Amino acid sequence: MTQESQAPPEAGGPASPAAGPAAGGGAPPAGAGPPIPAAGAGAGSGAIEIRGASKSFPHPDGSEVPALSRVNLSVGAGEFITLIGPSGCGKSTLLRLIAGLERATSGSLFLDGRPIEGPGAERGLVFQNPYLFPWLNIHGNVAFGIKARRRWREEKGLVGQYLELVGLGRFGKVFPHHLSGGMAQRASLARALINRPLVLLLDEPLGALDAFTRMNMQDEILRIREEKRVTMIMVTHDVDEAIYLSDRIVVMTAGPGRVETVIPVPFARPRARNIPDFLRLRGKILEILNFAGRLEEPAYQI
Amino acid sequence: MALAVQLLWPDSGKHPPADKPYCAYALGICLVFFLLRPLIFLGRAETLARLREKDLFTAAAFLLLALLDIGTAKATVLPTLFFPTPDRVLSVLAEDFRYLIIDCLGSSAKLLLAGFFSGALAGLATGIFIGFSKNAAYWLNPLIKFLGPIPPTAWIPIVLVAFPTTWTGAVFLIALSVWFPTSVMTSSGILNVQNAYFEVSSTLGARRVYQVFMVGIPAAMPLIFTGLFSGACASFLTLMTAEMIGVKNGIGWYIHWQRQMLSYANVYAGLIVIAITFYSLITLFFRVRDRVLVWQKGMIKW
Repeated sequence: MTQESQAPPEAGGPASPAAGPAAGGGAPPAGAGPPIPAAGAGAGSGAIEIRGASKSFPHPDGSEVPALSRVNLSVGAGEFITLIGPSGCGKSTLLRLIAGLERATSGSLFLDGRPIEGPGAERGLVFQNPYLFPWLNIHGNVAFGIKARRRWREEKGLVGQYLELVGLGRFGKVFPHHLSGGMAQRASLARALINRPLVLLLDEPLGALDAFTRMNMQDEILRIREEKRVTMIMVTHDVDEAIYLSDRIVVMTAGPGRVETVIPVPFARPRARNIPDFLRLRGKILEILNFAGRLEEPAYQI
Repeated sequence: MALAVQLLWPDSGKHPPADKPYCAYALGICLVFFLLRPLIFLGRAETLARLREKDLFTAAAFLLLALLDIGTAKATVLPTLFFPTPDRVLSVLAEDFRYLIIDCLGSSAKLLLAGFFSGALAGLATGIFIGFSKNAAYWLNPLIKFLGPIPPTAWIPIVLVAFPTTWTGAVFLIALSVWFPTSVMTSSGILNVQNAYFEVSSTLGARRVYQVFMVGIPAAMPLIFTGLFSGACASFLTLMTAEMIGVKNGIGWYIHWQRQMLSYANVYAGLIVIAITFYSLITLFFRVRDRVLVWQKGMIKW
């Protein structure tokens, strides 16, 4: 734990919102209430600080393709952030930077004040495809992190516990290809959570699920967050999902990827999906996304 | 019916008779077995049903045997030298059993196992190195591509002078024939593992060496087994050639020797022993594979 005092969510609104062009139009409802009570003062770990992070990838023709341009973002400990935006806006890249799977071309990222230099067990990652190891049964998959960290003897009891947490207590002996999409995604959630990460990164984890499973899983994720008090950063395409789940929504735009604006979601949980405020916020986000998209469109209109 | 042909049709007298009517014995035993079959499998309807499915094939096999019997012993339309009666072949099997099985087959088995396992281990090691290390790939790949396709038996002239005994030379040849497909398949298996599995495992806290053994190799197992299988087939071939040319012992040598003595009954007996042995080895191989790759087949019941 370090002294790096992040702006906790309680500090009133996004204390350190995205830099860059904070879209003039959509000023978020100011003075948003505390999104969630962070897990006690002492447990203030799990805060992410992103400073001027850029990422470009080499193009086959030798040039560099910018994927992410000078992103600034602070995520408080225990906060739930969603990254939303059109494809190509760099939201997955941003998540991979935080996970340490990619290195930023410039700028830097910190977890609780320590620079992020590679993947680590304190930052769990769940992909859209669960990527369960097909050669291990569910128990083996969930146990993977414990064994990889050489903590099997001390922590093997956790496996059953985390299987229960995601409602797969009876499925330990089953191999991944027998599971439905939703169950597989729960298993991969348990596999990431068993390391008790400070931050859980979710890359469209529910993108491949049908609408009902999806809503169930959203509640599941919220329940797990309540229980485990982990910072969550989630990439999604679904505006409703973003509003339903997150404390703040980071709206990103493409070409190159950057943060357009950060919108706090002031509603208390549990949230209803059909109240007017919800729908109004939804409309606003869509408008921002649309507006951002239209910037490039005139070439085709007339 | 085959039994009837055997017993009722008088021998043409052109073949040297066997000491005992082994063919009649064998057919008699089969007949008794098939008559008693419903009783033997009284409590196991499933096994019986499975056997019943094969009945047509069994009948055809016996018909063929009867035709062979007619062609050789009864009507003698086939050249007597090269087509001994089933009786004689069976009599070799029965009377030379100890020599065939214990001496020849035992010697072959020792050679085969020593060669197969050293070749498989070397192939796995090479494949893993190439799969995980760019340096190893750089230096070893050309070697494999250049030397691998040489049929192992082409090395015989060199091996005969390079090794202290023909036995070690033969082990080397068999190992070589297993090594090539195993290392190629292992390395390509590892190189084809989806990168996401390595990414997931690294976010779960797995270090490089752990990933090699707990992600790379299990994920490559299906292809590794393909390589081992081609290696096993190649090793049978090499074994036979090595025995016929250099090693003065073993089942392959037996066939070669008996052919020179023009005792074709013994040649056929040797072939039958080889068929049964290699069939059993391949069956065993697939049993092991199915056990290891149980996650892939989707046959586990729960």
